[in-house]
Amino acid sequence: MVENTVPPEARIVILGAGHAGGSAVAFLRQYGFAGPITLIGDEPHAPYQRPPLSKAWLKGEADANSLLLKPAAFYVEQNIDLRLSVGAKAIDRAAKTVTLSDGNVVDYDVLVIATGARARRLPIPGADLYGVLELRNAADAEKLKTAIGPGKRLAVVGGGYVGLEVAASGRALGAASVVIEREARVLARVACPALSGFFQDYHQAQGVEFELNAGVEAFVGDEGKITGVRLSDGRVIACDAAVVGVGAIPNDEIAGAAGLALDGGIVVDENARTSDPAIFAIGDVTRRPLPLYNRMHRLESVPNALEQAKLVASAITGRKAPAPEVPWFWSDQYDLKLQIAGIPFDADRIVIRGKVEAAKFAVFHLKGSQLVAVEAVNAPPEFMAGKMLIGNGKPVDADKLANDAVSMKEVAA
Amino acid sequence: MAKIIYIEHNGTRHEVEVKNGLSVMEGAVKNNIPGIDGDCGGACACATCHVYVDDAWRDKVAAPEDLETSMLEFAESVEESSRLSCQIVVSDALDGLTVRMPESQH
Repeated sequence: MVENTVPPEARIVILGAGHAGGSAVAFLRQYGFAGPITLIGDEPHAPYQRPPLSKAWLKGEADANSLLLKPAAFYVEQNIDLRLSVGAKAIDRAAKTVTLSDGNVVDYDVLVIATGARARRLPIPGADLYGVLELRNAADAEKLKTAIGPGKRLAVVGGGYVGLEVAASGRALGAASVVIEREARVLARVACPALSGFFQDYHQAQGVEFELNAGVEAFVGDEGKITGVRLSDGRVIACDAAVVGVGAIPNDEIAGAAGLALDGGIVVDENARTSDPAIFAIGDVTRRPLPLYNRMHRLESVPNALEQAKLVASAITGRKAPAPEVPWFWSDQYDLKLQIAGIPFDADRIVIRGKVEAAKFAVFHLKGSQLVAVEAVNAPPEFMAGKMLIGNGKPVDADKLANDAVSMKEVAA
Repeated sequence: MAKIIYIEHNGTRHEVEVKNGLSVMEGAVKNNIPGIDGDCGGACACATCHVYVDDAWRDKVAAPEDLETSMLEFAESVEESSRLSCQIVVSDALDGLTVRMPESQH
């Protein structure tokens, strides 16, 4: 990896101070890079953790300080030029400069784009009413926090993980929650039907209502404030606030305008390098190779951001790249710990282990005798062993897998 | 406050003061100590904050709960002294606690 090493005095500029950008800075310093680093973020906050926004933070169990990836002093001590509340407007690859929204121009030798993704908006009437919210950042979470509480009714448009987490937090705060989903089941894009059914049942038992197969036609309001969500069958679901969680769009426009290769996200290689050797991209904004699955994919997850942050820091410092990781993800709802490893590409068989009714089970996705993904609910050994098996590609005995009297140790042996 | 001593796999030693109530993982992450990643932020969901607790301290840290034990069962390079540092809460009683980090967290 020596060819990747940049000179110690190289100027590194990171666009985007989210989980990916913030972690890249930390790993660069951990790996011994002592040169100048500029970290540019359009939010007013130093890099912070997003996963708690829909859970602990919304419920008041975490504060802004506890969410920070690193304490504020870190950036001073580590000599990081942290510029907040400022975005990037343009990249000039020939001149190796970035023009910022405040008019400043920053020179770089190595650029890292970590601009993330933004919430997809619904292009329907009423989308600009007060109380129509999304949840990507701390400002969104703050608005949401003030909009829900006892006696309030929260509509969640989109039954994905974030939507379900918000619905659960709404219930915990005493608000009624209704989830409106276009598909016939929740988590339709990201989970198998068994898991969708389980989560819907669990949420219903907690008092969450569901409108499935439901198109959303408009947000309706009164004096500029939302009062309900109109479905395509004409019914209006009354609410005090609505959270729209219908996917995310990579913030790759600035990279595209600079001529970097895009394909629904910035295309990068296994070292997180873009089509320009002086520019890397990491996190939600990238379409990256998944060596274990032999294809390109865009992942939206914290582990992905961290893995790519390590890749870029390794490439810059000439350190050996970490072994390719099995993509993984987690979600907490009520007392449920959901852990997912792998992606069920080309899976031809599902094996369920454990007891769905006891909320302690795992769904394994096999392609032939190979494990390609596992979705584990309150089942850490299944998750951990599954992640290992996906990574090492060992053939798995499906009968043993289905039999929870056989330990995961033995299944994985 | 307690002084926690973190020793990297290559032997590099870090001594930091960690506030009571924080986890040993948070103490490492806040001080940017290499070798403890804490990917999941302390949700006990990832096992990337794996450490070996120094023998002298093994019986002074509270015993692991089932969730931690089952995560550790499949972590890499596990030894008898292995713990997830996100599950060890710092207190005065742990002043001087010494933990070593494995070669890699994955």
